[in-house]
Amino acid sequence: MTDTVGIVIVSHSSDIAKGTADMVRQMVGSEVKVAFCGGNPDGGLGTSVPLIIDAINAAWSPKGVAVLVDLGGAETNSEMAVEMLESARRDLVVVCNAPIVEGAVMAATEAAGGSSLAQVKAVAEELSAD
Amino acid sequence: MLDRADGQNFTGNVRLVHAVGMHARPAVKLTKLAKKFQAQISVRVAGAPEWINAKSVAKIMAMRAAHGSTIEIKASGSDAEAAVAALVDLVASDFPDGAG
Repeated sequence: MTDTVGIVIVSHSSDIAKGTADMVRQMVGSEVKVAFCGGNPDGGLGTSVPLIIDAINAAWSPKGVAVLVDLGGAETNSEMAVEMLESARRDLVVVCNAPIVEGAVMAATEAAGGSSLAQVKAVAEELSAD
Repeated sequence: MLDRADGQNFTGNVRLVHAVGMHARPAVKLTKLAKKFQAQISVRVAGAPEWINAKSVAKIMAMRAAHGSTIEIKASGSDAEAAVAALVDLVASDFPDGAG
């Protein structure tokens, strides 16, 4: 099996993050690495830069990682997490402008076919193109 | 049903037996299977004005094919015949788990 782009799901809620990852695994299958994080380290709602970095590492692939986020802070914290990666890996992680559930399923479907990171991002963002 | 149209173009059609039509999970399976082929593959609900790229999961999900409708499939390219046969089989067998 060739490498496939990894998927990271970042929500303010750990339940939403886990549920979205479950949907991806069940609908698309296990050939794509999916990692998720949600909530702050105290167990409340929120997102955490260190947890996002852990998730990116867990889903890491030489082909790159596509990150799907929910509301505002999830996006800014994900961008911060990307900036904190070593420069060689930074360019291999993209935050997608897409609805979290639909974007994750579509990105993973595209990734499963062996597509490039740019293709995976484009497919996830097809939904918000109009 | 599989028809040779001309050269490396193949078409087929198959009745959608899935209970709730082309919803998200079948759409993902169809797209994943389509991506395994080099051929350009398009599908449509029989008689629909536009063909849809079978490798675009967003477009396949949006096609809203209903239970009992007929799906037309066409492909062109070196593995077009196998692609049409595989997709017809996937739809006819009601998108079994593990397919695609």
